Amino acid sequence: MNNAFLPLFYTFHFYLFGLIALASAVLFVTRKSPVAAAMWLVCTMFALAALYVMLDAQFVGVMQVLVYTGAIMVVFLFVVMLLNLGQPGDISDIRGKWGRLVAGFIGIALVAELMALAKSPLDLRLVVPPVVVPPQTGGVIAGIAAPMFKEYLLAFELTSILLLAAIMGAVVLAKKKDAR
Amino acid sequence: MLAESLALSAALFAIGVVGVLTRRNAIIVFMCVELMLNAVNLSFVALSTLYGATGQVFVIFVMTVAAAEAAVGLAIIIAIFRHKQTVNLQNINLLRG
Repeated sequence: MNNAFLPLFYTFHFYLFGLIALASAVLFVTRKSPVAAAMWLVCTMFALAALYVMLDAQFVGVMQVLVYTGAIMVVFLFVVMLLNLGQPGDISDIRGKWGRLVAGFIGIALVAELMALAKSPLDLRLVVPPVVVPPQTGGVIAGIAAPMFKEYLLAFELTSILLLAAIMGAVVLAKKKDAR
Repeated sequence: MLAESLALSAALFAIGVVGVLTRRNAIIVFMCVELMLNAVNLSFVALSTLYGATGQVFVIFVMTVAAAEAAVGLAIIIAIFRHKQTVNLQNINLLRG
């Protein structure tokens, strides 16, 4: 922090990207057209990627852009276009007044509960003392790769089995029944 | 910035829950689930500034599971669409008594 304006600059952009993420998430939930909703969700994910980079998780930010916005959302949009759902259908997509009221109440209650939980003093046995993060040697990716391939190697291998099962399941489910 | 990140994460998660409860389009409900996963990822990354890079490893795992879930879930949606010609959850009521 050799520049006196850097903390202010950082804070400003943190709040800016946070507001972009929040606003586009609200727009995403309220859009009628699935394509517009998907585009706003992509906007949320881009803002979150910027926040990841600002929180010193550069690799996760890159993966967010590549995997979420580049792969998962493209698959969503592909299905929307495959099923020709671009225009709103005859039955209303958003639930009626009571459904919206109940959902809004549940959402506000959830946020209030999480905020109260953040403020409340925790039992000391539940609090993990912050560790001193050692300075990363070998770049950003090495800091993630070391625990992934040492402590969590089993989980990593199981993930590959999960992906294999998902690929086969998707092919079996989406295949036409009469296709030989 | 930890408190702000966790507050944003809570807000995004709540928006995802509201979306799941209010929307009837199966694909949009599914996208709301993705938003909730993203909110959890944000709190993982925010806490990893305090507790080391393990949180970021978990984010990578969450992303992998999300990708697998998207593939299978969208295949299920396509299969349902073949049967019922709709993805509106109002019309998918086979299990309703």
